[in-house]
This record gives sequence, C-alpha cells and structure tokens, in this order.
Amino acid sequence: MLELDKLVTLIHSTLADAIDIEWLVKLIEYVLIGVGFLALYAVLALILILLERKICAYFQCRLGPTRVGPWGLIQPIADMVKILLKEIIKIDKTDWILFKVAPFIVIMGSFCTFGALQFGKGICGVDFNVGLFYMIAISSLGVIGILLAGWASNNKYTLIGAMRSGAQLVSYELSAGIALLTMVVLSGSLQLSEIIEGQAKAWYIFQAPLPAFIAFIIYLIAGHAETNRGPFDLPEAESELTAGYHTEYSGIQFGFFYLAEYLNMFIIAGIATMVFLGGYQPFQINAEWAEGFNNIMAYIPTWAWFFGKVFGLILLSLWVRWTFPRLRIDQLLKLEWKILMPISLLNLLLMSVWVLIF
Amino acid sequence: MDNMQKYIQTLAPKAQFEEGGQYLTTTIEPDALRKVATGLKEKGFDYLMCLTGMDYKESLGVIYHISSSNPKEKETVIVLKTSTTNREEPAIPTVSDIWEIATYYEREAYDFYGIIFVNHPDMRRLFLREDWVGFPFRKDYVVNDEINPVPTKVPDPDDYEAVPSYSLNKEGKLVKKTKSLFENKDYIVNIGPQHPSTHGVLHLRTKLEGEIIKHIDPHFGYIHRGIEKMCESMTYPQMLYLTERLDYLCGTMNRHGLCMCIEKAAGIEVPARAQYIRTIFDELTRIASHLIGWACMCNDMGSITAFIYGMRDREKIMDIYEETAGGRLMVNYYVVGGVAQDIHPNFVNRVKEFIPYMRKMIEEYHTLFTHNPIAAGRMKDCGFLTKEQAVALGVTGPSGRASGWSCDVRKIAPYAAYDKVKFDEMLHQGGGTFDRYMIRLEEIEQSLRIIEQLIDNIPEGDCRAKVPAIIKLPAGEYYQRVENARGDFGVYINSTGDKNPYRVKFRSPCLSLVTALDPMCTEQKIADLIMISGSLDYVIPCIDR
Repeated sequence: MLELDKLVTLIHSTLADAIDIEWLVKLIEYVLIGVGFLALYAVLALILILLERKICAYFQCRLGPTRVGPWGLIQPIADMVKILLKEIIKIDKTDWILFKVAPFIVIMGSFCTFGALQFGKGICGVDFNVGLFYMIAISSLGVIGILLAGWASNNKYTLIGAMRSGAQLVSYELSAGIALLTMVVLSGSLQLSEIIEGQAKAWYIFQAPLPAFIAFIIYLIAGHAETNRGPFDLPEAESELTAGYHTEYSGIQFGFFYLAEYLNMFIIAGIATMVFLGGYQPFQINAEWAEGFNNIMAYIPTWAWFFGKVFGLILLSLWVRWTFPRLRIDQLLKLEWKILMPISLLNLLLMSVWVLIF
Repeated sequence: MDNMQKYIQTLAPKAQFEEGGQYLTTTIEPDALRKVATGLKEKGFDYLMCLTGMDYKESLGVIYHISSSNPKEKETVIVLKTSTTNREEPAIPTVSDIWEIATYYEREAYDFYGIIFVNHPDMRRLFLREDWVGFPFRKDYVVNDEINPVPTKVPDPDDYEAVPSYSLNKEGKLVKKTKSLFENKDYIVNIGPQHPSTHGVLHLRTKLEGEIIKHIDPHFGYIHRGIEKMCESMTYPQMLYLTERLDYLCGTMNRHGLCMCIEKAAGIEVPARAQYIRTIFDELTRIASHLIGWACMCNDMGSITAFIYGMRDREKIMDIYEETAGGRLMVNYYVVGGVAQDIHPNFVNRVKEFIPYMRKMIEEYHTLFTHNPIAAGRMKDCGFLTKEQAVALGVTGPSGRASGWSCDVRKIAPYAAYDKVKFDEMLHQGGGTFDRYMIRLEEIEQSLRIIEQLIDNIPEGDCRAKVPAIIKLPAGEYYQRVENARGDFGVYINSTGDKNPYRVKFRSPCLSLVTALDPMCTEQKIADLIMISGSLDYVIPCIDR
C-alpha cells in the first residue's frame, strides 16, 4: 500500500529539524509537491499517449508502435525527446507575445485543475471547501489560451478553429456545470473530500439511480466535448482545418497543447470518477451478507480504485473517439442547446425533488 | 442519324459531313456554331462530352463531342468541328451558356491553343500560370527555358483573380475586359493546394462568411504534366504507361480505354480470354477505387477507423493484382491486343475467396458508418445536385447516377465482356450526399456480381492477339468511351498514319466533378465542403493530366 502520510511526516520532520525558519520549510515543501505533481503530470501524459496509440491501433486492425522497446513502451519517451529537440519556429506577422503565452495558459489551466484531484485517500494537492467549484472555474481558463492561439497565429484556419472552440467550450461548460451541480445537491458539499466520503457506503450513481445516472451521461458527453476530442474535435478538425488552432505551433509549444489535451481527458474522467463513481472509494454492497466481499474490495488500495475507474472512463472516451465521425458545428450546438441543456436543467429539478423526498 | 444530318443541314447550310466515321461528324463555320449548338441543345443533346482544341497547322480548331441524357438517344454522339485560320487572334464563339461545362473546357482550349472564346465570362488559363508565354500545344510552340523560366517568386493572388473576357465590337475587333474575381472585403480561405482533404494538389479559393461558403473558385494545374502533349511524341504502346498516371485509382480502366481505341483503329481483334480477364480486372479496380472513395469520405468526416477498414479490404485486391500482374497501384497489365501475360494459377481461387469476404465487409461498413446517427445526420439534406445540373456540368459516373442520370457507358455502349453479363445500373433520384455515398457501396455489390458471372467462365485460348511490332494507325479520328470508377472516361486520337499520334485528348471525368463543387457547396458549411468533395471522389492527376 502506498502510505503517503508517513512519507509526508518524515519529510516534514526532517526539514523542520534541519531548518529553523518556518516559512522556508513550507516553501521547500510546496516546491517538492509541485515537482511531484509535474512528474506525475508528465508520466500520465506519456502513459496516455501510448495507451491511445495502442488502443486505437487495435480498434483499426493495426498493431501500433512496436519497434521502440517491448510493446512500444519507450515510444512516447522517444516522442517526447523529439518534441523537446524541435525548433520553435518564429513566424512573421504573428502577435508574438500572445502567440508564446497561449500554450502556457492552456497547460496552466489544465495543471491547476490536475492539482485538485483526489488520487487516493489523503493523496491530493489541495482540498478546498469549494474544490469542485474551483475545478470547474479553473478548467475553463484553457479556452482563453485556445482563443489566443487562434488569434495570435494570424492564420485563417486557426482563427476558424479558435472560434469553433470558443463556441463549443462555452456551450458545453454549461451542461457539464449543471450536471455537477445536480450532484452537489445530492452531496450537500462542494468540498471534494466530503463528496467522496459521502460515497463510502454506496457511490452517488447508486444512491440516486435515475437523476444521478442522467447527470453522469450528460457529464460524460459534455466533458468529452470539453476535451476537444472526436466526435467533438471541431476546433482542430484535421480534415477541415489542417490542425485548427495549433496549426502554426511547433516544438514544445505544440507539445503543451498536446499534453493539455491528453491530461484534460484524464481530468474529466477524474472529476466524473470523484463525483459519480465514488472517487477512491471501493465498490461496496450495502447488505449483511456482502461483508466478506466488502472487506476484499476495501483491501484494494484507494489510489488503485481511483486510477482503475479513471482509466475505465478513458477507455470509454477512446472507444467513442475512434468510432464516431465528427459532428458539424450546427449539430454540435443543437445537441448542446436543444438537447443536453434542457435535459440537465430538468434533471436538476428532478434531483432536488429526489433529495427532498428520500 | 440521317434525321440529325438533315437537321444540322437546315441550321447550317454550309455544313460538311464526313462519310464512314464512327460518329456523325460535321464541320461548320464558326459563325454558324452557336446556331447549330442551340439547335442541338433544343433537340435534347444536352451533354457536352468532350471539347478538344486542335492545331491543324494552317488553322486552329475545336472539336465538340456531344451526346444526350435522353434515354432514347444516349447512344448517339454527334461530333461538331469548327476552325479559324487566324492564328494571331483566333476567335470562336463560346458555347458556355449552352453547355455549362464548356466554361471550363474552353478555358483549357484557350490555355493550350490560345483560342479566344468570344463572350466567354472567364477567359483565364486553366492549368498553366497566368504569366506563361505562348500556347504549348500549338505545333509551332518553342520549348525554351529562357522564355518560361522556373518561377522563383510566389505569384501574386491578383494574377489569377483578374478575370479577362473578350467580346466583339462593331468593327469585328476583339475587346478585352477585366474584372476581379473577389472583392477586397471578402474573406477568402485557400483550401489547398496543401491540405489533407483535397485528395491531392487542388486549390480551392473559398469565399466565406463565418462558416458559410459563398463561392468556390477551383484553381487547377499544380500537377499538370502535359500528358497529352507527351503522347504526341510517343509511339502507341508507350502511351499506355501514361494512362495509369491520370487517375491512379482506376488505372486499368483508363488503360483499357486507350487499348480499345488503338485496337479499334488498327483493326486488331482481341481474344475472348483477354476480354474476360480485362472485364474482371476492371471490376476489381472499380471495387478498389470505390473502397478508397468510401474510406476517404469517412476520413473526411472524421472517422479514421472507417478509413483504415476500407484500406484493409482494398489491400486484398492489391494482392490479387500483384500475383498476376506484378504491380499494385500501377498494374501495367493491359497491352495493345490483350493482356501482358496470362493470369496466375491462384487468380481464380483468390477472386472467389474475395467475393464472399467483401460482401460480409459491406455489412460491417453499414453497421459502422451508414447507420451511425452522426454520419446519417450530416449526409442528409446536404450537397444536392439536380439531374439538370449534373447533365449540364457533365457529372457522370456514380455521382451522376446519384442524381438520377442513367449514364453508365457499360450499358450505353457495352465493351469487352459487359454485354455478356447481367448487372443493374444503380440509380438514385435524390442527388444528395447520402445518395452518392450509398451508390458506391451498391456498385461494389454489382461489381461483385459481374465478377461472379465471369470468373468461372474465362474461355481458354490466347490472352494476347498478334500485333505488328510497330503500330501505325490509319489516318483519321478515333474516340473511345469507357466507364471508369468516376465516370465517362474518353480517349480521342487523331492520327495522320504515322507511328505517333497527331493529337491525343483524354476526357477527364474528374474535372466535371470539381466544377460541380461551386453550385453544390454554396450556402453550406466548410465541414460540408469537405464531405461533399469526399462524396464526389475526384482524383486530381486526372483533372490536370
């Protein structure tokens, strides 16, 4: 089992013994946590990239990467080295400052959200009392980066891509937010640790089967749309807009967009896991006879539960992406404003009634 | 045919008729051209099949191959010829208002021969750069790098946005007028020449209003190799190798067209075995080509998995080719008089294994893509082409048949073994994107049916007739139509009795398909443009030649 508590206490006591100044100790600790998260972020991105390439290859009767390392395991590392070595091309007639800032905004939005995820019992960066609200708020910052990238590139394709992306993200943000709000009604808290603790006996999706399930489906669709991946990959629709908003980027600047896209997939799956599927809580059956089963489930470490559920949802997202064709912009907006929005509003009402009755 | 001869005679009393030709051939004065053309259009000859520029040395001329979409007369082809002796300012009246596709054909004739079509709205060059000096297909053209050096500067967009047009003033002199294609405030996006979904180096200058397309101006010539000009200096067997480089996805069918044209002219009897093998190969190519068409259309709509599925199944056909012919994409299998060598012993079995496999896969395609609500929703109500538009623009093949125009050359003028097999000409009446999508999958099934009927009955005997070492065609003009996977492919050969042709023209079905983009995509979205161009399934080297 991964026992982070002891490690944290050990580091803290060692540092406190060595250095007397309290703020310096805290600063060092913050930096250590930040580095840890960065490493996790990068490693997860590498895993996701390999996973996607392998899984999509199997969907398409191919093998995917096989040459670099066994099962192509070293492939994403080789790709990462390549992308680090590539030249960052400076293009004339771009808005150079905004052009450089845009990828940072995108990756910052994604990274700040990542920090608030609860990876296991007690394994998290921060645990606000408004954690869920914070996540919704900060994850929408990414769209500013995308709009800036499209605008600053001074290219018509990127501009169309950015405008599509703006319309898409702003729209789907609403359904996603309302779907989460529905669950907040049930949990009565915005603090992520409390939300998860509330699911110790049964996950929320089982606690209020009908409204929670509807909210779950809506959140999956809207969340999938927020990650800009097929069938919602209009902002970068490669067969229409070459590469959409990041057409003009190269090297690590492009890498930032790429990383953020993959990690957003992880973050969306993570939020869905925490809010609907019990986060790091094991699967429990609330009955006398199932005590043995419950104990076995509880024996599996919490972080394994979290990552297992998240990767399950990611698999679902990959499955959808590699099966469906792309939506058109009017279909996309119709789906959101005429179908998802009304349903999620009604669902919010339904959930409120549900909570009042039961 | 006699009726038509009399009818033309009444329209143009000076018309001269040629005896004993393949089609009714008439030579008329340029002054009478518009009258005869209008008269023919009124009689139902609404399909301008081919427009060929000619340099007769003492004069410059144009040849029109005209046919009809009327079921009763679709086998009839009428050939009109006209010429002018003025080589400095050769002027011939335009027929672009009578047959819409002539807008593009006449631009090609202007590009190659410098023939000015009076009152044509858009007399730009079609393939060559606007600053090109001289007209390369004229017999007195001098090939010189100093006159036409390789450009080192990117051309100014204004060069190809200035649209000249010519009209005659009262004294009979040509007057040039220039207008601009787009206005300054227009939002123009260059889709291509380097773009993932133009299926080659096609350049579409697209005027947008937000996501909505207002106008498309196709700009060709990025892969123009002058194949027709090259043919003029080649012997007939050498020419065969160029045909597969026109439309590389239906190479065998193009080659079939040229082979038949030469065989017909030289009077070579092709053995029955070769006829059967050719038909089977043509149909295999059609399946392979439709598979690519289907796969690329799915890819254009963002479904990459479907693309890989199509390519996977096409690979089976490539393997069958490779075993018999040695080639995969450029099969180089047909020769004048038959096929290069006999089929491989495995050929029959492999084809028989392929037929049920392909039928099963089509079911899978329907499950994966046709019945997908997103795909169905996008293809529905989008990109319509009426039958009238299709005929006017010469949109043949699956795209023409999706608009309800029965234009299958295999039915109109059967060749090879097509008169010995039963198959249906698939027709849809809608003319929308979904019709064009479905018709390809249906034609695959029909092609399988044709192969099924032939594969067990390939007659014994030679697969190649005896042909002289040097093939010389008797002086005259020859035209041969074949149905390739994109439509009516035509070969025109003008021979002077030499071992080289005097003039060769290939009628490209893809050029018509691209010209149909503008009427179909106006007021649609960018995503639709990509999808519609995928559903038309054009191949750029066939357009540019």
